[in-house]
Amino acid sequence: MIKVESLTKRYGGFTAVDDVTFTARAGRVTGFLGPNGAGKSTTMRIMVGLTPASSGIAEVSGRRFADLPNPGLEVGVLLDASAQHAGRTGREILTIAQRTMGLPARRVDEMLDRVSLTPSEAGRRVRNYSLGMRQRLGIATALLGDPEVLILDEPANGLDPAGIRWMRDLLRGYADQGGTVLLSSHLLHEIEVIADDLVVIGQGRIVAQGTKAELLAAAGTLVRTRDVPTLARALVDADLEFSQTTDALRVDADPDVVGDLALAAGVALTELRAADGAGLEEMFLELTSETQRESIREGAAA
Amino acid sequence: MTATTVDTVDPQVVRTARPTPARIPTTRILAVELRKSFDTRSGFWLMASIAILSVVATGATILFAPDSELDYEAFATAIGFPMAVILPIIAALSVTSEWSQRTGLTSFTLVPHRSRVIGAKLAVTIGVGVVSMLLAAAIGAVGNVVGTAITGTDTIWNVSATELSYIVLGNVLGMLVGFMLGVLLRNSAGAIVGYFVYGFALPPLTFLLAQSQEWFEKAQPWVDFNFAQGNLFNGSMSGDQWAQLGVTTLVWLVIPLVVGLRMVLRSEVK
Repeated sequence: MIKVESLTKRYGGFTAVDDVTFTARAGRVTGFLGPNGAGKSTTMRIMVGLTPASSGIAEVSGRRFADLPNPGLEVGVLLDASAQHAGRTGREILTIAQRTMGLPARRVDEMLDRVSLTPSEAGRRVRNYSLGMRQRLGIATALLGDPEVLILDEPANGLDPAGIRWMRDLLRGYADQGGTVLLSSHLLHEIEVIADDLVVIGQGRIVAQGTKAELLAAAGTLVRTRDVPTLARALVDADLEFSQTTDALRVDADPDVVGDLALAAGVALTELRAADGAGLEEMFLELTSETQRESIREGAAA
Repeated sequence: MTATTVDTVDPQVVRTARPTPARIPTTRILAVELRKSFDTRSGFWLMASIAILSVVATGATILFAPDSELDYEAFATAIGFPMAVILPIIAALSVTSEWSQRTGLTSFTLVPHRSRVIGAKLAVTIGVGVVSMLLAAAIGAVGNVVGTAITGTDTIWNVSATELSYIVLGNVLGMLVGFMLGVLLRNSAGAIVGYFVYGFALPPLTFLLAQSQEWFEKAQPWVDFNFAQGNLFNGSMSGDQWAQLGVTTLVWLVIPLVVGLRMVLRSEVK
């Protein structure tokens, strides 16, 4: 289990992590979602003691990271797959970790096998690795001590579709055996397919958290019609909250309510369905748009 | 590379509460740090270069030194120069590579107490330095025997054990300067340049200053670390010289090292 309480990190006047509180539970995959620069990596670095917090607590398995006697056996950490000495071979990097943790040498081969790095690949220097291979090596290092908790920062970066599927299955299996998995991503779809719980962060603050089912259920209804103004008037009259995307409305109500309303207003619908995740996606886009460098395309926001 | 699925993974049952693991023993951290100083191509060749350059310097002494001056001191001096260059670089890189190569992200999460990792590096650095110098001294001794056999002159052992221990101490201090710069700058290029400025660019300047300014000539033994260190290589140390060495070591090595260590313990590892 990972517990983070009122975690704050300030750099001068800039607050990178602002009063962040959440729990990643055992047996579940917790997705840590946010646009680039939202504070995900900083939060994760604080968890493992690489960055001192300005205030607040981060605990792993009920203890501060620094109080873990042999952290590699309790927490598998992958913060940046490229942060390795380019001149070491993959096998050597695993061997260093294996020796530090005090594990038998055969664990190195077991892990290489588990992340599908061949012996010849393992004998190559990391400078010649693709990003995908580095990610696999990083995962191998994290899994080496058979820890109960995994903290992974953007582990799917650089993996091909088969690799992402492999990663998903691996982490799923890990959580199903009772492990705690916390992984970050800036891609909603990547995290949607694997996470049980979601923690969404933007500009250092948590903007939403809960189980994936809860967050998706809160999404409401997606409705399409050629006569948007009439339907919009009917929704306003019925006191329903809604928002408009390019050619559809998203309504904070169940589909049958919206259907009845459309019938009463005499509006023909072209589509009516539960907006799975659309709410989450919208929220995420909003978050991103505040920080993104490109201006929003016209028509995207009405 | 093929993707495997979870089915191929060893079947495990749901985790049960596990006993708390034992604390990582210091001997293990030392062993790992020692391994880390040899296991890259650059690290390996830096270490190998100590032996190689000792042999080269020994050979050069046999070839080029006049027969009358072919004694152990000549070999010790010849070998001493490459040592004074390489050992501090090894010391600096052992620290800076954790930042420059960003391996600190792994090192400091596997051992969450940076003081233990840095302490192990310091111990390994000094150990490597002492062993290297003994190795170099042995190579020099072989050179002395072989060289004088070739020239047919007497084999002269004019470096005493005390003098040898002074040389070792002097080189260890040089290594510690490299280590200190590594800790303080946490950047490989910066630390190496810093060492060359300190070790090779500064001495001629202070020499000139001492020649032209009387006040500095008087003050130099007490403020110039290089100068105070240099006495160790001259074979004998007076009480005053020890005191000068102590004062300059404190100011130019111990204090910056402490400042650097505090920064290392508190800084962010990215």
